[in-house]
Amino acid sequence: MFIKQITVFIENRAGRLEQVTQVLKENNINIVSLSLADTSDYGLLRLIVSNPDKAVTVLKESGFSAMITNVIAVKLTQHVGKLGELLSILSSAGVNVEYMYGLTTGDENASIVIKTGDQKKALDAITESSFELLSTEETYAMND
Amino acid sequence: MIWNEARECMSRDELNTLQSARLKKVVNRVYHNVEPYRKRMQEAGLELGDITNIEDITKLPFTTKDDLRDNYPFGLFAVPLSEIVRIHASSGTTGKATVVGYTRKDIDVWAECVARCCAMAGLGRNDIIQVAYGYGLFTGGLGGHYGAEHLGATVVPMSTGNTQKLIDMMVDFGATGLMCTPSYLMHIAEVIEEKGLKDKIKLKATLNGAEPWTENMRKQIEERLGIEAHDIYGLSEIMGPGVATDCHYHSGLHIFEDHFFPEIVDPKTLEPVPDGETGELVITTLTKEGIPLIRYRTKDLTSITHEKCECGRTTARISRFTGRSDDMLIIRGVNVFPSQIETALLTVDGITPNYQIIVDRVNHQDTLAILVEVEERFFSDEIKELETLQKKIEHAVHQTIGLHAKIKLVEPKTIERSMGKAVRVIDKRKLV
Repeated sequence: MFIKQITVFIENRAGRLEQVTQVLKENNINIVSLSLADTSDYGLLRLIVSNPDKAVTVLKESGFSAMITNVIAVKLTQHVGKLGELLSILSSAGVNVEYMYGLTTGDENASIVIKTGDQKKALDAITESSFELLSTEETYAMND
Repeated sequence: MIWNEARECMSRDELNTLQSARLKKVVNRVYHNVEPYRKRMQEAGLELGDITNIEDITKLPFTTKDDLRDNYPFGLFAVPLSEIVRIHASSGTTGKATVVGYTRKDIDVWAECVARCCAMAGLGRNDIIQVAYGYGLFTGGLGGHYGAEHLGATVVPMSTGNTQKLIDMMVDFGATGLMCTPSYLMHIAEVIEEKGLKDKIKLKATLNGAEPWTENMRKQIEERLGIEAHDIYGLSEIMGPGVATDCHYHSGLHIFEDHFFPEIVDPKTLEPVPDGETGELVITTLTKEGIPLIRYRTKDLTSITHEKCECGRTTARISRFTGRSDDMLIIRGVNVFPSQIETALLTVDGITPNYQIIVDRVNHQDTLAILVEVEERFFSDEIKELETLQKKIEHAVHQTIGLHAKIKLVEPKTIERSMGKAVRVIDKRKLV
């Protein structure tokens, strides 16, 4: 199953990132995890939040370009080589990783968010493997 | 030196007689050979007999760039194509180019006019002149070239793009003259200074045009290079560079009135304005055969004086241009209409995004940036997608106007709005 990630377009100007967090705070939306991809002029803020649909609505109302993308969240136990194992499953399936970032969890295990070139294929490959996917409920409620 | 004293210094009375005779001839030619002109004159109730001297010119209807577009490509030509020996083209307002054609005689007249300009800048047959305008559809390269050859100078067709080679040859050949855009001249001066070659060059005079520049810039460049810089004016619709240029006294540009009849009109009422007052320059080509234009609205704002110049020439002088009465921008010598950029943006995915054009001059070189608001339909969670979008836009713009623009993606609703209407063009260059 896919997790909804929100992506926000942010120009490289002081205070823009803060405004995003402000909008989310005012609407009582918790940020579970985030990653920021940057270029010289702008950045893409990718967020996993407690209520993605609402987050996109309120961000758009506040004048941001925001969209929902389906990503995959996978549980990773804290062992050497675990991430490599997951990536080898994806590469054997012929799937290219577009981007990935960690998802902080309270317990001893970690999780990772992945966006690939072929999400359907990736999801199938991971489901067939011994790796466990995070459910939407689990993810959105994480760290709450 | 005065290249053609008989023409450039004739008394105003003689000139008036010559202009009257030539106006009658050209009106006669367009009436018989160019259908749109005949129609327009008939609509205005004008007969050929109504035009007997140059003062009658105000009875004639105006011509605009739109007329050239509507009759694209050859509809305003007054001779069959067998008589046309060359075509040039410049930007139109909506993507379609403005096409002009020259007969062999037109090419000769053009060379004569540019030779007058070179002579006005003190250049002659013993000079080596580098022509560093672009050669091609743009009139600068070939126009400058033929004129400098007609002058009898040794012409080096540099074109644009290789500054190092230009400077090497300037030093090695001992070049004394240079024709290029003012901003390119500034760039050349900088490189010469950087390389410490100022003492090695023999450059005396330059002729610079095709884009607006200030008197300040002209003086600055003269000091930096130890030369005399001249402003050369022209537009492809009328001929190309060589319609007017300034002499050693630099008090306005002498317009070659035996070939081009100038009027200054109020751009709103189209009524003539008195000498010394600013208005739009309107030109009638008195001798053109290929594509004669009657009362062509140049959209360039200037003023005129008919007083005799200290140099001895009697031709009218137009002052430095103060701007345009339309929204055309001149960027790195290229005519750009905002509507062309809008058309280019439209081709990217069928809908025009909210955009803003920003023109600036950094280190004397024009820069063009286009801000595009990121909208949902081309937004992505991947940087590479956004980069592809930027490249697509840049390519489309380059295809349309021939210039590279920096495409900057910006957040929605960030483009400056004035009274609710987006401000489409910001020109930060301080040229007036």
